[in-house]
Amino acid sequence: MDVLDLARWQFGITTVYHFLMVPLTIGLAVLVAGMQTAWVRTGDVKYLKMTKFWGKLMLVNFAMGVVTGIVQEFQFGMTWSAYSRFVGDAFGAPLAMEGLLAFFVESTFLGLWIFGWDKLPKKVHLACAWAFSLATVASAYFILAANSWMQHPVGVELVDGRPRLTSIWALLTNNTALAAIPHTIAGCFAVAGAFLVGVAVWHLTRRNEERQVWRASLKLGGVVGMVAFAALAVTGDLQGKLMFQQQPMKMAAAEALCHTEQPASFSIFAYGDVARPDCENVKSITVPALLSFLAHNDFSSEVKGIEDLVKEYKAKYGEFYPVDPQLGELSGQPIDYVPNLPVTYWGFRFMIGFGALAALAAAAALWLTRGGRMPSSPWFRRAALAGIATPFIANSFGWIFTEMGRQPFVVVPNPTGVDGVWMFTARGVSGISVGEVLTSLIVLTLVYAVLAVLEVFLLRRYARAGIAGVMPPPDKPAEKKSDELAFAY
Amino acid sequence: MDLALVWFLIIAFFWLGYLFLEGFDFGVGMLLPVLSRDETERRVMVNTIGPVWDGNEVWLIVAVGATFAAFPGWYATLLSSAYLPLLAVLVGLIGRGVAFEYRGKVDSVRWRRNWDRVIVAGSWLPALGVGLLLSWNVLGLPIDAAGNRVGSAFAAFQWETLLGALAIVGFSLVHGAVFVALKTDGEIRSRARRLALRIGPVALSPLLGLLLLVQMRAGSSWTWLVVGIVVLTGILALVVLSAGREGRAFALMAMVIIGSVIALFGALYPNVIPSTVDPAFSLTIEGTASSPYTLQVMTWIAGFGAPAVLVYQGWTYWVFRKRIGTGHIPPVRVP
Repeated sequence: MDVLDLARWQFGITTVYHFLMVPLTIGLAVLVAGMQTAWVRTGDVKYLKMTKFWGKLMLVNFAMGVVTGIVQEFQFGMTWSAYSRFVGDAFGAPLAMEGLLAFFVESTFLGLWIFGWDKLPKKVHLACAWAFSLATVASAYFILAANSWMQHPVGVELVDGRPRLTSIWALLTNNTALAAIPHTIAGCFAVAGAFLVGVAVWHLTRRNEERQVWRASLKLGGVVGMVAFAALAVTGDLQGKLMFQQQPMKMAAAEALCHTEQPASFSIFAYGDVARPDCENVKSITVPALLSFLAHNDFSSEVKGIEDLVKEYKAKYGEFYPVDPQLGELSGQPIDYVPNLPVTYWGFRFMIGFGALAALAAAAALWLTRGGRMPSSPWFRRAALAGIATPFIANSFGWIFTEMGRQPFVVVPNPTGVDGVWMFTARGVSGISVGEVLTSLIVLTLVYAVLAVLEVFLLRRYARAGIAGVMPPPDKPAEKKSDELAFAY
Repeated sequence: MDLALVWFLIIAFFWLGYLFLEGFDFGVGMLLPVLSRDETERRVMVNTIGPVWDGNEVWLIVAVGATFAAFPGWYATLLSSAYLPLLAVLVGLIGRGVAFEYRGKVDSVRWRRNWDRVIVAGSWLPALGVGLLLSWNVLGLPIDAAGNRVGSAFAAFQWETLLGALAIVGFSLVHGAVFVALKTDGEIRSRARRLALRIGPVALSPLLGLLLLVQMRAGSSWTWLVVGIVVLTGILALVVLSAGREGRAFALMAMVIIGSVIALFGALYPNVIPSTVDPAFSLTIEGTASSPYTLQVMTWIAGFGAPAVLVYQGWTYWVFRKRIGTGHIPPVRVP
């Protein structure tokens, strides 16, 4: 293993891990702010209980999202310093904006919200919830604008061999970003929806307490989950169409479409070896002409296959890596323009498949509990709990697909952009030793593993305890001394 | 004044905010087992920073993120050269953040004791690491013409940088003790005050040592004045603290760190990282700055963003301005 492989593994592990926490935080934060709004407006204690319960679970998760986010910010400089030097002028701006305009707001108002229950007027306290939750969405916006710039660099010119920002507006309204942002935010709500449904069903099928709270949570989660899936489908299609223009190789890899087809059929399921870029030994169940429609809104259009695309890429970006000691083993070697096909092909299908499963679970939960019904089968409960995992899996595979699908580039060339604004991933790594990256890879993976166990332990504990875990029971109201804090660590 | 210089100053300002704010957070964490006698007192200490530690930590993220945007070469060289110390900082910050949030979530002595250990280690490690990082940055790293580190992962370690690590640790200890004295009531308050007075002269001396060293290597006559002010305010802080004026002592500690950051960044100018291999390889403000357009955009963002941060973080400190004593700590209510 060389520095490049280790650095990629580390980035992959830390990023996928970080994005397990983030969607739950974003989705829950906005829903909790909504619940608190309902409480402030109606005075119905049911909504207060929902706010406190789901808010507590959000907080258990939030801490992990924050601390794993710091690693992301440092990692570009630590392991990808050549990349950072190359792109800093354009890519650094949205990252710094995230810190200054979103993360500061998020962390400060979260503190006010957690500790401010009895110190702030009701409406000011509610405003803190909204400031915090909307800042998490703004955070996502800036980060995705930065990521989209790597997928589709815009708003730059090339000066002295480096991209130089010419329009921050173009970067922030990159069409790739405008499609990726609603898609990702919808993914966050899919996670939160499934979470609400799973936990609420668990309570409804086991106990007879606080039924109103769990009913309302179930309904909210189910509706949010279904709406989120509809939004995911629409924005995903939008993203796909853009991707066929901007990164045709990624989409060909998503389909394992080796040869150019007209019209092109959409592969549902392949058996055999999808790893080969010539598609020998692969059989696939397909829907005729569907891929042409997904790519260009036209059932008879041509979609380019991997073999033709490789020829184009070689002509444009060269057949061999330059001879340069910084490239290590890859120095002077032929460039492989085909992304890892099993990962892209199956990643794409798992993303869609598990996303659809999540929507199906939400719909089924709503249907089976309509009009006050409650199935008594233990399978219902198990299915709802398993349903919590589905959107997490879909999100992870979505990211793995989109990031692995752009290899061997870290900054993908924009077909209609400025010549020369692109970078091979192998070119981006720092000049550090294998020992250093290996150390950080092992240490971070171990720390993350331990923290995952602890977080799941706490989430389970608080989820099971229900309302009693976050509020004193009504028959013995807490004798709160006048100078006691409403909340303390 | 050109924008590159403005951004050099803005980054110094973010570092200043970070060292001032997280300085006392670190101190509270490092002194957790020293200043408390029982669980309630430990909770008093943790809750003095409970609502604010997360917001304080963002100053580091913004200092680093702003460096990425305004001086990509500075960001890339510093972070890749100081790889292992930064890993330690990250692990410390990860553990600490989770520990604050999780320590009270289960009612078990063992659970809390383990998280307390994480808080203590997670405060010492990043304080040491940040001190190392800053002193490396000011005293210089072994970098070549391309800005890459020459030699192994440990090539940059020198005794001078150890002094830098101790400087931030020592400052955080005193600053944290003064902060606890300012924010608590009862026995813990007088204990914190006594500790600050007892360790103050020794704990602040590495900072003075670092400033003198930097002054000798790269100082000018005006930075002597700043060092003088640091020494004076440091002594004054301890004097007024012994007179029981905790608020004033805290304000004087702010002057200490303001003066230190001015002296350090003043000595660094016009470089952003000196090279210890060859002065010609040193990274400079002009050489690493982003394009004028990017700096202009960032200046607008910081022009609106930074004052707003000061306002709403200031408001947070106002909302939670009351001292906390053991009587304010609610009983443990967890599932």
